[in-house]
Order: sequence, then C-alpha cells, then structure tokens
Amino acid sequence: MGYQAHGAGKMTGVPFHRRAETKLALRYLTALLLVVIFVFPIYWLFAISFKTPGEIFAFPPVWYPKSIQFNNYAVLFKDGDAKTVGNSLVLASVSTFFAMIFGTAAAYSLARFKTGGENLAVWIISQRMMPPVAIAFPIFLLYVWLGWVDTYIGLIILYTAFGLPYVIWMMRGYIEDIPLELEESALIDGCSRWEVLWKVVFPMARSGLFATAVFTFVFSWNDFLFALVLTRTEVITYTVQVTHYFGGQSNFWSKIAAMSVLGTIPVFITVATLQRYLVRGISMGAVKG
Amino acid sequence: MAAIVHPDRNFKYWLISPAIFLLLLIGLFPLIFSLVVSFMRVTMLETDTSFAGFVNFVQLFRDGRLWQSLAHTVLIMVVALPIELLLGLAMAYLFLDRMPGRQILVSLLMLPTIISPIVAGATWRLLLDNRYGPINQIIGWFAGHPVPALWTVNPTLVYPAIIFCEIWQWTPFMFLILLAALSNVDRSLTEAAEIDGARFWRSFRYVVLPAIFPVMSVAILIRGLDLFRIFDIIWALTTGGPGTMTETISVYTYVQGFKQFETSYTAAIAFLVIALLTVVVTWAIRRMGLAK
Repeated sequence: MGYQAHGAGKMTGVPFHRRAETKLALRYLTALLLVVIFVFPIYWLFAISFKTPGEIFAFPPVWYPKSIQFNNYAVLFKDGDAKTVGNSLVLASVSTFFAMIFGTAAAYSLARFKTGGENLAVWIISQRMMPPVAIAFPIFLLYVWLGWVDTYIGLIILYTAFGLPYVIWMMRGYIEDIPLELEESALIDGCSRWEVLWKVVFPMARSGLFATAVFTFVFSWNDFLFALVLTRTEVITYTVQVTHYFGGQSNFWSKIAAMSVLGTIPVFITVATLQRYLVRGISMGAVKG
Repeated sequence: MAAIVHPDRNFKYWLISPAIFLLLLIGLFPLIFSLVVSFMRVTMLETDTSFAGFVNFVQLFRDGRLWQSLAHTVLIMVVALPIELLLGLAMAYLFLDRMPGRQILVSLLMLPTIISPIVAGATWRLLLDNRYGPINQIIGWFAGHPVPALWTVNPTLVYPAIIFCEIWQWTPFMFLILLAALSNVDRSLTEAAEIDGARFWRSFRYVVLPAIFPVMSVAILIRGLDLFRIFDIIWALTTGGPGTMTETISVYTYVQGFKQFETSYTAAIAFLVIALLTVVVTWAIRRMGLAK
C-alpha cells in the first residue's frame, strides 16, 4: 500500500511484509480509537444541543438525538442570549485588527533596527506569561475609575494589549525571513520607510500575518476571566454567558450545549480554512513549519 | 508624512511606541499599582490609604488558604503536565508515518485545543454528570452495575475530573508540536533503530531527544505557565469546590478580590504572583535563548 515498510520487511520477503501490514493495521486501529476518544466530548456537546429535553434527561443516556431539531438554538435567539456571540465577535475582531497593526509595526522595529536590544524583546515576551488574574484586579479598579467597565473600548484595549506579545513574537520571526535586499532596493528606488513597510513587508509576510491573526483572534475569543471581571450586562461575551446557565441543582443543559456550540463554530470554521498555517502558530514559532 | 518630518532615526521609535504604551498599561501599571496598594489597608468598604507597612505581606505567610491554593495548582501541574507530554509524544510517534486519512485524523485531534477552556469545562461537566452523563454509563458497562459517581462533588474524584478535562484539552497541543518536531528529525538516522526495542530507546535517547529538545522545552514552558494560571476549567467544573478543595491560585486571587473585596490584600497576592513569575519566566526565556 502507500505504507513505507521499514527496510527489513522488503529484504526478507513475505512473512516480514505481512508483519509490516499487521503493524500498520494495529497502528491505524490505535489511531482511530484515540481520535474517537478525543472527539467524543465534542460530539456529545453537539448531540445535546440537538436533543429534546426528554432525550437530554433520559436514563440511561441516549447516544444520539432521534431527529435534528433547532429548538435549543431558537430559544437562545428569542431570549437575546445569542447576541453575546456577536459581542465576542466584535471584541475579538476589532482587538485582533489593532493588535496586528501595532504588533507588526513593533515587530518590524525589533527585527530590522534591534530597537531596545534583547532586553526589550525578553520583556515583551515575558508579558505573554503574566497570569491574567493578577492583572485583572488592578485593571478592574483602573476601569472603574475611567468608567470603562462593561464597555467595548475597555475590553478591546485589554485584548489588544494581551494579544500584542504574541503578535510581536510571531511577526518578528516572519519579518526576519524576508530578504533584506528587497527592502533596500525599494529604498533606493525612492520609497519612504512607510512605503517600504506597506508595499514590500506586508505583502511578503502575508501568510504570516494571516496565521498570526487567526490565533490572536482565538485567544481573545476564548477569554473568560477578563470578560467575567470587566463586563456586567452590555458587552457580556459568550464564554461568560455559558457560565450563567450553571445552577446549584438544575443546570440548563440544552442552553449550555447550544450556546457552547454557537461559540465554537466560528472558531472551527476559521481554523479549518487556515489549517496549513496552524502548527507554527500554535507553538508560538518554536517550530518553523 | 511622519517620515518627512522625522528622519529615519526616529522611524523605529514611531513604529514601536503604540505597542510599548499598551504593554506598559497592562504590564507595568498593574505591577506598580499592586505594590503601592499592598502597603495600604484598602477594602471595598474602607478607603484607608495611609501607609500600613508590611501587614499584608506578613498576612501572606500566615494565610493557609493561599498556600493550599498554591499546592492545589502545583498538584494539577505535576500530574497533568508529564501525562500530556508523554501521551503527546507517544501519539506523535503513532502519527509520524503515513497512514490512510492521516491529515483528517490529525485535524480532528486538533479540535479540543482550539475550543474555549470554559466550553471544555462545561462539556466535561455534562459528560461527567452522575446520572445523565455518558461516562458513568460507560464505566457501568465495565463494572456490570450502574456507577453513580459524583465526579465534581466527591473529594476523591474532583481532581481526576479536573485532570481528565485538562489532559483531554491540552494533550493535542503537545501532540501537534511534537509531531512537527519529530517530522523535522532526519529519518535516515533513526530508521535502522526502529527494528528492535533496545536500539529504539538508544536512538531516541541520543538522536531524537536532542533534536526535539528545544521545541519540547518551549512547549513545556508554555503549558507549565498555562497550568500555573489555570482558572477557566476549574471555574466551569467545580468553582473551586467542594469547599475550597480545588481552589487554585488564580481562583483564590479572584475570590479575594471580587468576592471578599480585600483590595489591599489581593494587591499583595497579585504582586507576589507577578514578581515570582517574572523572575522564573525571564530566567527561562534567557536560558532557552527564546529572545533570539
């Protein structure tokens, strides 16, 4: 088959060849089993979101909904809860946009001019490692004072700032991969520094910009703690909304599942379309892929 | 336009200043603020801003709940991180060679890592429900009788519940990074060693491990720091309970600040955490040469 035997099998003939095939079959079965185990929780979440209350609270559990019905989603839209997904979308997109602009500019400065030397680079990366909860509290008090609690601008500034270290780190790597000669010849041709940035650097780093933007978006999208602390009613994100359905005794299962799925689908779509950039992005540039 | 007024000399500062301003706002401001306020006696009810000395820092050392929450955090970290690493590595080996539909299977394995941690926690809460969840049902098949385990309430089961969820969400992260790292190792160096076990371990120890080590250590650093600040999964699964049994350092800081309204004391905890992490992280980043 398409499988590359481990050298030994080819030389000694049929028995070893068969052994290689058995090995592949075993490997394949293990792989399938692992995929089933890891995907099952997500399947279960989707399944519940389509179940009727009777199916959700059936004992023993029902393994799949008898028919696909969208009532659980309809309720979210009717009650207005679904607008929290819209809030997440606005906050994550706008903050990603600004983080990409400021971050790429800063990354260019670090990559080409070595601004601030290694100390500045270390400081910027170390900001990525800060525990959000330690920052959330002082920021909360600052925002109370500024009147920014439960506003779009407050969370957008915070998410932008929180995305910056990642953008700077990633984009610096991508910019360093661009040949310096291209920029030099553009300068000789009479381009200003800003034009070089706009006409040479951005187009050359396009795939990097794309991949970095996806992850910056996902980080903001997935945030829970800042949204929990800094929103009240107006700009609640979907992650906070999901936790509103937890109760002491009765959880609103259908709402938890439907809301989670609504908040998960945009990320799945984004990631599926940009799959080939993912590995380098997920490992923060540790693996050049 | 700015380039005309300001020659090249200032260009690099124009580029970097917005980013630096924002980073100072969320990075340096909380640090300084926490330091100043931690020397006062401010709560939400009382705004006594006079200098109070080291009372809050002395309190840190007397606060058993704080050190317990730190111990809980470390417990989750030392159990989950090695499992994620070893399982991720084993899975990376499994998927290293070609197999039918490999690309699709790898993409499917990616799914847990990209969903929100709060959704991961919520999902496991549904999975682990004592009556309507499928996990107890599956365990019941093997046990031969119904198992009504109360995963998020029973003191002996809460940590396994949290750690299952954590491992489920983040093993794929380790897997993806290590798969990429292993793919970059020259196969001609390791192929001969795959025939028998003894040679496999030797080639792993002396060829593969040194080759993937830099990438592996970055992955461990990222995951270690994420585990240190673990909040979302705990919040969705147990909210720190039963009692304060699964309270991590992030959950405890949150409770002090936003439930007990101990402004000054929370500032002292925040400062301790930030200072501790800054030292460790800066050391690790320099040690690993990450800034280059």
